[in-house]
This record gives sequence, structure tokens and C-alpha cells, in this order.
Amino acid sequence: MLIAVSSLSALGVVFGLILGLAARRFHVEPSGVAAELEAMMPGSNCGQCGFPGCSAAAAALAMGEAAPDCCPPGGRGLAATLADKLGVALDLDGLAEQVPKVAGVKEEICIGCTKCFKACPTDAVVGAMKQIHVVMREACTGCAKCEPLCPTGAIELAPLPVTPQSWVWPKPVFG
Amino acid sequence: MNAPLLSPFARLNRLVRRWGAHPEGRKHPAADTEVALLPLPPRLVLPLAQHVGAPARPIVSPGQRVQRGELLAVAQGTISAPIHAPTSGVVLGIGDAPTAHPAGLVAPAIILEADGADEPLPLEEAEPFALAPAEIARRVAAAGIVGMGGATFPAAVKLSLGQRRPIDTVILNGGECEPYLSCDDRLMRERADAVVDGARIIRHAMGAAIALIGVESNKPEAIAALRSAAKPFADVRVVPLPSRYPMGSAEQLIGWLTGREVPADGRSADVGVLVHNVGTAAAIQRAVRYGEPLTRRIVTVSGGALRTPRNLEVRIGTPASALIEFCGGIKAPVARYVMGGPMMGVALRSLDVPVVKGTSGILALLPSEVGGAEPGPCIRCASCVGACPIELMPLDMASFIRAGDLDAALRIGLKDCIGCGTCSYVCPSQIPLVQFFNHAKGELAARERERTKQETVRELVEARARRMEREAREKAEAAARRKAERERAKAAAAAAAKAAAVPVEAAPATATSAATAGAEEATA
Repeated sequence: MLIAVSSLSALGVVFGLILGLAARRFHVEPSGVAAELEAMMPGSNCGQCGFPGCSAAAAALAMGEAAPDCCPPGGRGLAATLADKLGVALDLDGLAEQVPKVAGVKEEICIGCTKCFKACPTDAVVGAMKQIHVVMREACTGCAKCEPLCPTGAIELAPLPVTPQSWVWPKPVFG
Repeated sequence: MNAPLLSPFARLNRLVRRWGAHPEGRKHPAADTEVALLPLPPRLVLPLAQHVGAPARPIVSPGQRVQRGELLAVAQGTISAPIHAPTSGVVLGIGDAPTAHPAGLVAPAIILEADGADEPLPLEEAEPFALAPAEIARRVAAAGIVGMGGATFPAAVKLSLGQRRPIDTVILNGGECEPYLSCDDRLMRERADAVVDGARIIRHAMGAAIALIGVESNKPEAIAALRSAAKPFADVRVVPLPSRYPMGSAEQLIGWLTGREVPADGRSADVGVLVHNVGTAAAIQRAVRYGEPLTRRIVTVSGGALRTPRNLEVRIGTPASALIEFCGGIKAPVARYVMGGPMMGVALRSLDVPVVKGTSGILALLPSEVGGAEPGPCIRCASCVGACPIELMPLDMASFIRAGDLDAALRIGLKDCIGCGTCSYVCPSQIPLVQFFNHAKGELAARERERTKQETVRELVEARARRMEREAREKAEAAARRKAERERAKAAAAAAAKAAAVPVEAAPATATSAATAGAEEATA
């Protein structure tokens, strides 16, 4: 019995040593791509891409499980940067049709409950208790976290209105 | 002629380089009739963004009575221009109104109802050549003057930009190379003295040695009028230019007159030159000498479908329909209404669109005057390459853009494209080349805007995370503080109770304090 125990223990120690040394010797640095991608993302963890947050989305992108145009708040600019980083071809024409959305407050029915602005990841909603809230369009990413929280349905997402400043000539189509 | 300034190389360059196109002028009969004053319309629409840069900020409220020349909206930011009342009347409101936009978008505007009295505000006159350059720039800025050739860049910004660099030559652009337009031609013929005076004021403000007025040779009457007005002055010279499109582009004009080339990412001030349109110079003269704000301009009303083409002096804010009506209306079905010239102008969706500071023409074009043939395939004839005034490769840029590779187009010079449309004009396959470039430039600008927004969002998210962390820490610290206080109170109470237990006679007072301490702890 002593022989069995000691020989098995010795085997265990030897193999453990081999495994430990192999882990040291053949160590592979974890890929930094995911971290780099995460640094490019908006970081608001809005979840519009279908992943739990920006870091999960970056990991999926690095694994090739998500498309570079998966991030709506990032828009075409981010899609182009991500595609460039990942070295994949990307057709931005389809994305152009996706109009970015922003939240807006219906002033007649806002009761000033502060629920929406506590949830906003970018502090885009401004207001105070029992005061009408307002959304700063420049800061809103259209993540829709505020929409289900509103007790009166006063906050709603709508397509960003086109102004002469944001309008772009359409691409000529022929042939 | 300005011969000594030009090197032999520049002269050779003039002969060898055959850029541009020769569209039919079609400037007559509009150029033959004197400028008429358009009667005051009942209602004026004054868009807040009539210039490149930030829109003006209104400072009047609905119902307010204003006089002619009164400030309605102030400049906002460094590149902006104020807007003044073109006549006396009542502000009806501030809201969205139609603008000259290719997609027919609306933009905020001040609506002014004219009272017909046309009462002016008193103006502040000055002697321009006694003023300091900075004061001239200030007066020009206060008058809301922008580039009247159509580029609408605030004139005062250009003046003060030039004051930071040595400028040796001021050029007045009297090219007017777009077909149909003759508003600058009429201005130079009828108000040559004002144009020459404006040129001298700008020359004085810039400390430049000379002011050149370049006029295309298809306007001999304008050249003669300017020459006789400039005769007494040694610092102004009138130089005829060949009639070629786009001779009226600042880069081409500088190249032709001085032999200098504006660098790719630079401005004309980088080569010691400042260019202003002749209309802008006349407006600068009125502003500096008489203190008059920019509230009217000369507009060419023309086109094959118009009954009596001519030039009109119009208040800013007058709807296009009033101009067409004054010129006898239309005599044939109109294929397209255009604001500006036919090469670089904007097709109008509605005739309610008002005349703005940069409006040089209103055209009613016949079907035979507008292109419309279906584009064919590129035959690689390189007509566009020869015609491009900037020496770009329009065919390659367009094929890159068509394939969605904007960065490749950028690499071969998309940013330097001036959007003159000469390439589209000369293309035998009718390919809308310049539309591709406009699309790509807009798309790149939109991408840049998205990138900036993303940066902002990232900063906001980080600021929020820091704030949340700080709040949590403060909460924890406050809780720890309260806990410490409680423990101190408890210890004090215990000590007091102990002390009370030993000397029996001192009991009543300390017992009460111990009891209150206990009560405090209970409430805490």
C-alpha cells in the first residue's frame, strides 16, 4: 500500500513539474486585439449590439463572431475604424440607410421623476425632481436605456432629424 | 498689364496648361439692360445661415418693430456673420423656412413684415484711409459682409486672417465665368468708382502694394469703365483675363495673375494674396465709408424660359418668385429653376426660397438648357483630366468613390477638388463626376462628425464613471464616520454608567445623560 501511494505521488509530482514547466516554456501572451478594440468602442455598455457590454462585443469582434458594423452608437466612423483594425472588407452603403436615433422628451407628459437621467450612461438627460427633463442630442447615443423606465412614456427614441448641416449628397446611381 | 510680376515659367505655364472649359456665355440680353430696383416685397425671409460657419443668433423677438439696417441676429463664434433688417417693419416670427438646398430642406429664419415706410437707422460715416486696419475689419464684420460671389465666407474673417500674414497683392475677382450671370458685369459698369474705391480700401487694410482687378475679356465695357475709374490711382490695375471656366475660382485667378500656386492644404494668404469678389469689394466700400450693412445685392434673373432677362437690385430675403414676376414671368415650360450659376448653382424646389447674401442669379431653364441624358460608361478619354483646373484625375476619383473606397479617392486629391463641375461638363459620357465628389466630401465630413461625437461620448461615460465612484466613496466615508461617532457615544455612555455606579450620590444627573446618550444611539 505504501509503495502504491508513494509511486503514484511521485508520478503526480513528476507530471505536475512537467506540466508546470511546459506552461512556463510554451507560454502564449493573450491576444491584445480585444483590449485594443474595446478602447475604440464608445464604452457606454448600451447593449444595442446584442452583447452584454462593450468588452463582450470587443471579444466577439476579435473572435470574428460579430460584424464591424454591429455598434449603432459608433456609426459609420467606428465601423470603418474597426474594419480597418480587423482587416476585413466592409460595405458601408447598407449602413448609410440606418438612420441614427436619439431620445426626445415629450414635455407635456414628463413628470420629472428623474428615472431616465439616472440610467443614462452618457449623462445626456438633464433635469431635476419635478422639473421637465430634456435630452442633449449631441450626447445621446440612442442606447434606449431610458425608454422602458419612463412611467408616462414621455421619453421616446426618434430618428435624428436631417439638417442642412448634416445632410450629405446622395451617391449617384446609374448603369 | 501686370507683366513684371510674372516669371517666364509662369508665362509658359499660361500657354501650355489648357485647363477649364468654354461653356456658351448666354449673358445677353440680361447684361445689356441697366440694373432695376425691385419694389419692396411685403414679406422678407432672412435665413440665419447665409454664410459659411456658425449660423447667426437672433436677438429680436416676434412682434418687435425694427428699422432698416437694425441688427436682427448677431455673429456666433469666430467664423460667422450678423444679419440686419433690409427694411423697416415688424418681426413676424423666427422659424423654419425653405432655403436653397439641393434636398429642399428647411432652416431657421427670421420672418420680417415690411411696413412700406423703409425708415433707415442713422449711419456712421468714416474716412477709410484714416482708419486702422483692425477698425476696417471691425466695420466690415459689423456690416455682416460675406463673399458675394457665392462662397459666402465672412469677409471680415478673411481680412483679419490676412492681417496676420504679409499680403503683397489684393485681387478683386471680376471673372464671373459662370454662364448667364452678369450681376458683377453690371456692377462694374455702373458702379466702377465704388469697386475701385473698395479695392483701394482693402489694399489699405492689408498693407498690400497693389490691388489687381481681374475681369474676363468678354466684358469689354466693364474693363473700360474700371480703367477710367482707376486712372487717378497708381495702386489699382485692371487686368483682362481670358474667358474660360472656372477663371473666377480664387486659385485659378491667383495662378493666372501672379504665377503663384496655393498649396494643397493652404489658403491664398499663404502665397501673400487676398482675393475678394468685386461685389464684396463694393459692399465693403459701402460699409467702411458709409457704415451701411449688407442688406441688398444685384441678382441676375435669366434663363431661356424667362420673358425679360435682366439684373435687379434686390433686398436680401425677397422670395425668388417676386424676381421672376418682375421680369415678366415665364414664357415657356421650365425644366429647372436654379439659384446661382448653371455650373455650381442649386436647383430650387420652390420659388418661396429667399434671395440670400450669396445669391448671384435666379435662372429659369428650358429643357434644352439642362443636361439629362442617362450617363454612359467611362471610355477613359481623359477629357476630365485635361479640363480639371486643379490637375486632379476625376475619372479615377469617381471610380474609387463608386466602389466605396473614399480613402483611395482622398489619397489622389479629393480634398483639393473645388467642385467647379468642369469635369462633368466636358464628360462625353455625361457621368455626374462632381456629384460623386460632393457625395464623398459630405460622407467624409459626416464620418468626422461621428468620430468627434464618439470621442465626446467616451469622455462623458468616463466622467460619469468617475462621478459614480466618487459618490460611492463619499457615501462609504460618511457611513464610516457615523459608525465611529456611534461607537464613541457608546463608549462614553458606558464610561458614564461605570462612573455613576461607583459614587451613589451623583446618580441623578449622570443617569440622565447616560439615558439621553442611549436614546441618541437608538435614533441614530
